Amino acid sequence: MEASTKISDSASGGLESHFGNYGGRFVPETLVPALDQLSAAWLEARDDPEFTAELDRLLRDFVGRPTPLYLAERLSERVGREVYLKREDLAHTGAHKINNAIGQGLLARRMGKRRVIAETGAGQHGVATATACALLGLDCAVYMGSEDIRRQAPNVERMELMGTEVVPVDAGARTLKEAVSAAIRDWVSNVEDTHYIIGSAVGPAPYPALVRDLQRVIGDEAREQILTVTGSLPARVIACVGGGSNAIGTFVPFLEDPVELIGVEAAGSGIESGSHGASLVAGKPGVLHGAMSSVISDSEGQILEAHSVSAGLDYPGVGPQHAHLRDLERARYVAVGDEDALAAFGELARLEGIIPALEPAHAVAWLLSEEGREAEAGCDLLTMSGRGDKDLAEVVQKISGGS
Amino acid sequence: MGDPELGSGEGSSSGGEAVADAFALAGSEGRAALMPYLMGAFPDVATATAVANAYVDSGADLIELGVPFSDPLADGPVIHAAATRALDAGANLESVLETCRAVSARIPVVLLCYANMILGEPETFARKIAEAGAAGAIVPDLPLEEARPVRKAFDAEGLVLVPLIAPTTPPNRRKAIAEQARGFIYLVSSTGTTGERARMADDLSVLISEVREVSEVPVAVGFGISNAKQVAEIGGVAGGVIIGSRLVRAVDEAGDPDAAVEAVSVVVGESADALRR
Ligand SMILES: Cc1ncc(COP(=O)(O)O)c(C=O)c1O
Repeated sequence: MEASTKISDSASGGLESHFGNYGGRFVPETLVPALDQLSAAWLEARDDPEFTAELDRLLRDFVGRPTPLYLAERLSERVGREVYLKREDLAHTGAHKINNAIGQGLLARRMGKRRVIAETGAGQHGVATATACALLGLDCAVYMGSEDIRRQAPNVERMELMGTEVVPVDAGARTLKEAVSAAIRDWVSNVEDTHYIIGSAVGPAPYPALVRDLQRVIGDEAREQILTVTGSLPARVIACVGGGSNAIGTFVPFLEDPVELIGVEAAGSGIESGSHGASLVAGKPGVLHGAMSSVISDSEGQILEAHSVSAGLDYPGVGPQHAHLRDLERARYVAVGDEDALAAFGELARLEGIIPALEPAHAVAWLLSEEGREAEAGCDLLTMSGRGDKDLAEVVQKISGGS
Repeated sequence: MGDPELGSGEGSSSGGEAVADAFALAGSEGRAALMPYLMGAFPDVATATAVANAYVDSGADLIELGVPFSDPLADGPVIHAAATRALDAGANLESVLETCRAVSARIPVVLLCYANMILGEPETFARKIAEAGAAGAIVPDLPLEEARPVRKAFDAEGLVLVPLIAPTTPPNRRKAIAEQARGFIYLVSSTGTTGERARMADDLSVLISEVREVSEVPVAVGFGISNAKQVAEIGGVAGGVIIGSRLVRAVDEAGDPDAAVEAVSVVVGESADALRR
């Protein structure tokens, strides 16, 4: 199978700015023209054979696509049904984030912007963006909460090694939400020569659609691979949801299929504790970082701090298309807490010799749960969105009783 | 100012009229209107109210009252930090409106408030702030395309929804924004977030004139204005001048309410003099 970007049929002609009641652009006026420029540039680029050929080439030769689809036999035995893993953990830099970073890096270059900024939580998107910028010769600064710098230290070293400036953010809880805000403020100040590579399917239009288009390569490949291997569609497609980019990229090619779509959010210390990252399961309509979506906020509209052991799911918002799919009941969203995710992290390592990132460990944990095992006939497809090297120190410390 | 007849106090007139009257009065004196900003409930409600009264006493024509928000994307470090401290100390919309109520009979009060605090129930929000005597609001993350439901709710209460225009806004879009403007247009002086700037853009006066040409309401300029010289320069071309971070910093640096009142009175007084010279 060839790595191929089937990016333009998801929105047939247009680039959605709204998904039902969600999406839109709630940003300072200064940024609106840049968002218009970005929409126009992407509409043009994704239909330009030269651009897509370059993107396909880099995804194949640099990223290593297509990533394998792997029948996880011992996990299947444990769960009582066949489970196929889509191995984004085997992509260059160790997570799906590279698909988006390479695509937007090429787009930045095409728009004549020499400088790139990004935010990062787990550090995977920061590393992916630093990598794309090294590859394409662009200047790069990555905003990262100082708490995340602490818990994802190896990724900070990677970024710096590739010539990226990592800018610590000390506001609020010093995690992903504040890093996104800091990146947006930088962009408002330097919008003329800077492109903001947002790391998930969130933010003002056209970002949710743009990131979705660039991540659907996950679902496109997986759908073809599973049809080839099993001759039929999976019964369920499962992915973890932070901002929702690996999940939306996995789901989109299956939207018209008779396939159950399940997104797994972070329940943190438990939904009732109020200390979680489950914006879809326990949020309400609201605006965060430029889009109307489902957010964790109080009764006056103040955004609350999220919590998750996984830095990539530690975010009080989510991409607007997920909120729409939830309302349509086309996708179902569930939440898994810190402890179950940590247990699944070790369980998958022992069963399959695969150390997952803490983010997809949430999806594995759901599959291992009682609810996850109650299923009709057929097999499951689970997106293994990244590998767990970045989390090792943190997990080992947590498991050995530290905090 | 200070004449209750011109104020926006309950029932006396609509917020829109109060704002128009304030700009008209300044215009009749051949000068721009002065609009100092304060962060509501920062560092506490009593100090904020004292600061607002000091603004009126020192020659302000309107005041801009910030509602603390958790994620203020248009604000730089000074105003962001003030909002965070106010929220940590328990500030909410009601505590900010206490200050609004206390001064709205003396001067038109325009809130600066982020979209998420309004969009839940725009009608309820509009009614609440109108009851507190506010004249309207500036919503820095609510561009033209998203503003309709809020504008409708505000119109129904006689409140102004003040739109923003930025240096990056292309000419045809400026026109579309101006057509929907109520009260005045908030022209952002330069790309970036709020915060003091040593220098203004060279072509700012050209930008101001161009926006004035397409607008039927006054054009007030804000972001980065921090001293009397800048106030005089911009006031020579614009219909209004907004001072923000400079004053929030003064309140922050003052040790107690009296010191805060003294510090902001100097800055606002000098600015008012600069406009009258
Ligand atoms: C491996 C991995 N999976 C998932 C996520 C969550 O992001 P998203 O929901 O956008 O896929 C992250 C974010 O950092 C990640 O690193």
